[in-house]
Amino acid sequence: MDSTVSSTGTEGKIWGGGNKPLKASYGKMMMWFFIVSDALTFSGFLAAYGFSRFKFIKEWPIADEVFTHVPFLHGQELPMIYVAFMTFILIMSSVTMVLAVDAGHHMNKAKVTLYMFLTIIGGLIFVGSQAWEWATFIQGDYGAVQTKGGNILQFGEYVTVDGAEKFKRVSIDDFAVSIPDVREEHERKNGLWFREEASLPPYTVNEIFQGLEANPNILVRTQLINEEGQKTVLSREESLKQIKENGSLVVKGANLRVNEYGTSLFADFFFFITGFHGFHVFSGVVLNIIIFFNVVLGTYERRGSYEMVEKVGLYWHFVDLVWVFVFTFFYLV
Amino acid sequence: MAHEHKLEIFRGRWKFKSNTQKIWGVLAFLTFVTVIEVVLGIYKPEILMNTWISPLEGGFFATIGNIILSPFVYMKPLNLIFILLTIVKAYYITWDFMHMRDEVKALRRMVVWTGVFLICYLIFILLQEGGYVFEVYNADDALITRDF
Repeated sequence: MDSTVSSTGTEGKIWGGGNKPLKASYGKMMMWFFIVSDALTFSGFLAAYGFSRFKFIKEWPIADEVFTHVPFLHGQELPMIYVAFMTFILIMSSVTMVLAVDAGHHMNKAKVTLYMFLTIIGGLIFVGSQAWEWATFIQGDYGAVQTKGGNILQFGEYVTVDGAEKFKRVSIDDFAVSIPDVREEHERKNGLWFREEASLPPYTVNEIFQGLEANPNILVRTQLINEEGQKTVLSREESLKQIKENGSLVVKGANLRVNEYGTSLFADFFFFITGFHGFHVFSGVVLNIIIFFNVVLGTYERRGSYEMVEKVGLYWHFVDLVWVFVFTFFYLV
Repeated sequence: MAHEHKLEIFRGRWKFKSNTQKIWGVLAFLTFVTVIEVVLGIYKPEILMNTWISPLEGGFFATIGNIILSPFVYMKPLNLIFILLTIVKAYYITWDFMHMRDEVKALRRMVVWTGVFLICYLIFILLQEGGYVFEVYNADDALITRDF
């Protein structure tokens, strides 16, 4: 008799080991696990965005008024067009990726190479577009005045377009009067050499106020959204009063501290969520480039399987998937 | 294993001859959905801009009803359409581009149910809390003012 049990008598039974109940390779399954956890991270960010938005539901910036620019088309208000283009680019690069995976199943090296290359190009176009979107957002449009309470006051006038009266935004550059600066910017060379400050806003609140007084057609628009779903426009007296009494800082563009488009949380979340997504796209491009060179060098041809392309493809599609949600919650809803 | 693909979408209503053709078919569908979203987003039809049901009033059951029907009571139909279309797009990206359709049921459920359950929970908690903070700021007897 054997002193140890060498056979459990379960060979060939379902609990005898050696089963692959999910019928997926280790690498693919780990990629799925990563995707699930990353999806939870992104939904955490988007849910936090939802929280802040619900908190300021009556004064959240209207996306169509913020993202209106398209490259090479200056001065035209075209909301949605550019992001729709970006979305299409990303879906398109997802398609070339899945075509690469399909070509990999057929062990067709030339086609995998071509489709991986196109995927990388799509990814680069997307990251570039996002950089442009950021630059436009940071640079700002019309400028605004921030009040002591942190609210944003924007400017505009009523114009008649096709017989209908419409509120059109006016840039602070168009009406602010220039008063020779009373406050000089603190630089290392004119003050304490070991300290410096951020550059001063383009105008002082007083310059804006003087300009507003001189232009009787210009009115102030607050952050509050009215019954018609538009931002509230103040009367002339109220406009002057608000700027004079509450105005504290002139804001142009957006960064992590101030935001000319509305509550500063909007800019914070925009930078954080699209930035995190852009970082994913960027790392996806890097991974794709590595895999691309492996394909070109014939690594997978020799290995006899293009599963690596499939794994990196899963990640790439996931990035596309996340963008679909970011697109909805930042630009549509 | 890897070479078997299910070549039909829309529950078998649209069948393809090869995997490549299916990919192009799904792309056409996703593009179609995105175009609908963009057109609705630009034109914003008036009829979709206001909720169709106003919140129920009176007692406990009305409150429960409002919670259950919250997508219809508190959300503009346009936004509801956007969110539903987004989920439709997410489904086809996962099922056809990420080949979820070809995976076994257990893997599919492991990924989708975990995500869906946790995300729904998170969204419910945070949006509920966000609405509460809004009330704190904007109730008639609010202790905090922000209008300066």
